[in-house]
Amino acid sequence: MTDPAAPPPAFGPDLAEVFGPSQQDGGPELVQLLTPEGERVQHPEFDLDFSPEQLRGFYRDMVMVRRIDTESTALQRHGELGIWAQLLGQEAAQVGAGRALRPQDFVFPTYREHGVAWCRGLDPLKLLGLFRGVDHGDWDPEEVNFGLYTIVIGAQTLHATGYAMGMQRDGAVGTGDPDRDAAVIAHFGDGASSQGDVNEAFIFAASYNAPVVFFCQNNQWAISEPIERQTRIPLYQRALGFGFPGVRVDGNDVLATYAVTQAALQRARDGQGPTFVEAYTYRMGAHTTTDDPTRYRLSDDVESWKLKDPISRVEAYLRRNGLADADFFADVSAEADALGARLRDGVKALPDPQPLGIFEHVYAEQTEELRRQHDEFAAYLDSFEGSHA
Amino acid sequence: MSAGTEKITLAKGLNLGLRKAMEDDPKVLLMGEDVGKLGGVFRITDGLQKDFGEDRVIDSPLAESGIVGTAVGMAMRGYRPVVEIQFDGFVYPAYDQIVCQVAKIHFRSKGRIKMPIVIRIPFGGGIGAVEHHSESPEAQFAHTPGLKVVACSNPVDGYWMIQQAIACDDPVIFLEPKRQYHADKAELDDSVTPEPLFTSRVVRPGSDATLLAYGPTVKTAMKAAEAASGEGRSLEVIDLRTLSPLDMGPVLDSVRRTGHAVVVHEAHVNLGMGAELAARITEECFYSLEAPVLRVGGFDTPYPASRIEEEWLPDLDRVLDAVDRSLSF
Repeated sequence: MTDPAAPPPAFGPDLAEVFGPSQQDGGPELVQLLTPEGERVQHPEFDLDFSPEQLRGFYRDMVMVRRIDTESTALQRHGELGIWAQLLGQEAAQVGAGRALRPQDFVFPTYREHGVAWCRGLDPLKLLGLFRGVDHGDWDPEEVNFGLYTIVIGAQTLHATGYAMGMQRDGAVGTGDPDRDAAVIAHFGDGASSQGDVNEAFIFAASYNAPVVFFCQNNQWAISEPIERQTRIPLYQRALGFGFPGVRVDGNDVLATYAVTQAALQRARDGQGPTFVEAYTYRMGAHTTTDDPTRYRLSDDVESWKLKDPISRVEAYLRRNGLADADFFADVSAEADALGARLRDGVKALPDPQPLGIFEHVYAEQTEELRRQHDEFAAYLDSFEGSHA
Repeated sequence: MSAGTEKITLAKGLNLGLRKAMEDDPKVLLMGEDVGKLGGVFRITDGLQKDFGEDRVIDSPLAESGIVGTAVGMAMRGYRPVVEIQFDGFVYPAYDQIVCQVAKIHFRSKGRIKMPIVIRIPFGGGIGAVEHHSESPEAQFAHTPGLKVVACSNPVDGYWMIQQAIACDDPVIFLEPKRQYHADKAELDDSVTPEPLFTSRVVRPGSDATLLAYGPTVKTAMKAAEAASGEGRSLEVIDLRTLSPLDMGPVLDSVRRTGHAVVVHEAHVNLGMGAELAARITEECFYSLEAPVLRVGGFDTPYPASRIEEEWLPDLDRVLDAVDRSLSF
């Protein structure tokens, strides 16, 4: 008989021994090119040269994206938006990824990709309609190669994979022509990594060698649930189990995020299949404006992450190396102020939807039944004199 | 296919229809578990991968949400994916993608993104299968705005309707009565002009009562009408063909003439298609009705073990019993 007190048989190494305790710095595997102190470091695989202009561009992008976020949060507090999904702290992850894209690449966002949208040239005002409640996203995805926001967690990773499979069939992968070869990037968060759809997307992408980059912003929290509730191993290591490479990058380092994402996208465009990029970052704000993070996390954590702020480290680098002068910082600041003012005015000017518009676009080919409901509702509305134009 | 006419089964009709659609439009793709080399567990896609290649007839990983979710991306890229769900009861893992994404993306995008996806589902019982292989989930999809839902009942409709569904710019849930796949043959004449997809049709004229059926129960209703004619009763049978949108024209015309309506489906009666039909008929034909609209369907239980499925499924006697009750009001 087996001794009930005997230890269970070992199936493999102890996970805690292999991966160590959870590390707030992302661990030794973290790809970094710019330290929190603003010092440039080298990386054997992902090093790139950045021009002063490019660095100033990253800084400007991140300042503008942060202003979109803070302005929108304020607009929600003033009752102009029903809700807002904040990205404070994730500017580098999004700008790094967004600037690594080529025009022909296609983005499948969650509802928090305001920084990537900025990089695609989408007017930030367009993002606000969804949060104000006047539409579900009023931009043409084909025009900017940026999909509509997806609210269901992880659903878009499958759409991205299917779209990438379409690119393969269109002969837009691995031709060697840099203007033609294309890739897809699918954004999602650490919480989404637990969803079945995300895992199915990994399997489909691996199975068909689809040109898709899975870009996970691990901001440590899925509303109130910590990363430990989603995974027992570092997220990027999951990729190996699906048969493609995974890499963990400092998501608060715009240079490293850019370099890693660019390499992953190029791999996809070249026909070498999917890559998982884990951008290790931190959500400094709330999940959305309805959330109260003081209920579930320590202010010490937030304070320590503030020291890793993605914008201040680029600013420190630019100043220390004389790559930007006071006029530059003043110009960016003024530009952000102007953007903020435009969003404040613009959001109030967004037209409310017309009641009868609800019947449009349910189908490409309208049904008789909906036509009848439309006409009845129109007659009903007409019975209130002057109530709708 | 060869010119002229030939006798075909429903399985063959669907196979020929898929082949024709793929020949006509290079953007048409088939996706699903086992649809390639095996030709599908019911052989509906038999031979298509051989002729159109693995890029157009795609054997998928065993993941229904993945199949439908990747089809969404394919459609966004300009393709027209035709997805096979292996059995009705396996559509639920894909339910979220179907009702939250496939059904809504056209609406959400203000018509900028079309979703010309066909989701083929072999549905219904009567084949002696184990659990999850005999269900009738149509009401769940017909209740979802943005989807169109059709059910074919015979080989000729199978041939035309699958092509029409693929050509449609809206997402179509395409229900195939699996019990009929290899049952009866019918003559297909490829030269005729088919009726539009979203129309119902009188398949047997009659004057005493109207039987409304679709998919597998069309045959049941026809048998009931045949039996009733021996007793001197004339039953009209309508094959609904389209469940969302419903084509009420022929239904209302018929009920106004007969004054009696009985709906026959395999799905559970509670909140099923019969409930909708009864409500619509009552709203439109109240003064023509001689009796309340009656429903004959599966009981409000999970689908039973197969050795008693014939008791559970509506059969000709239960239909005739309902006709008796309707006519005796």
